[in-house]
Amino acid sequence: MRAKVTVMPKQSILDPQGVAVRDAIRQHGLPGARTVRVGKLIELDLDDATTDAQLHEVCRDLLSNPVIEDYAVSVER
Amino acid sequence: MRAAVVRFPGSNCDQDCHLALREMGVDVDYVWHKDASLNGAELIVLPGGFSYGDYLRCGAIARFSPIMRAVTDAARNGTFVLGICNGFQILCEAGLLPGALMRNRSLHFICEHVNVRVENYETPWTNAAWTGTVLRLPVAHGEGSYTADAATLKELQRDRRILLRYCDENGAITDAANPNGSALNIAGICNEARNVFGLMPHPERACDVRLGSTDGRVILQSVLTKLGVKLAA
Repeated sequence: MRAKVTVMPKQSILDPQGVAVRDAIRQHGLPGARTVRVGKLIELDLDDATTDAQLHEVCRDLLSNPVIEDYAVSVER
Repeated sequence: MRAAVVRFPGSNCDQDCHLALREMGVDVDYVWHKDASLNGAELIVLPGGFSYGDYLRCGAIARFSPIMRAVTDAARNGTFVLGICNGFQILCEAGLLPGALMRNRSLHFICEHVNVRVENYETPWTNAAWTGTVLRLPVAHGEGSYTADAATLKELQRDRRILLRYCDENGAITDAANPNGSALNIAGICNEARNVFGLMPHPERACDVRLGSTDGRVILQSVLTKLGVKLAA
């Protein structure tokens, strides 16, 4: 099975990287860019026996930091 | 009394910590991240650097190295644990301190001397200073912006667990004196039991007049005094 984990800074957290990228996009000729947030996409190739619970545990404990980030998982079996 | 400096792959302030403690008359061991034991050390230092290349997030992978189990057990049992810079990030990732350290608001890596104000001298880490003492210490980090939710910040303030805040040379807490965008200008916090302390500035790099400041000795002296160490003159 394959899983894609998206990790994004929480909405409540100022994302300075996103702000810098947004400013660059505006400079680049897209003044309508309102907000940009920068996160991570992590692809995993997993043993088919992997359970959702195991996957979420890894997302919560290692791949994201719940203090500052949210994650979402999509799985292809 | 023995102290232990933990070495992770990518630690680069381990020798500075070792030297600073040794020059204060302390017996110091290095402990490798794959070791399982701290050999009874009464002071554990997690040094600065870029453990595991800072992959994923600063401190995120170091937190799962074998030695961290022993560090966590020791911390829970009251052993003094000092996390400097990357060590602070590791302590937050490990849940031994609340909050997280995010990218500096400027997005720049900063490497300079800053002023920090001691906010509470009645702790094992600051008893050689007074509340209000301004220390001049070097910082060198890209991810030092301390962040926590509002409830956590309130709790840290209420319990006087914010030990150091960035300030100007007169001790005023201003936004201009905040090098990285940390909430409440926080430069260092301790846990509830006060035996775990994490800070972004590098006290170990400010223990020798030749390095421009000896203010870092205040932090080390405080905890060593608490441990009953007779300090070398």
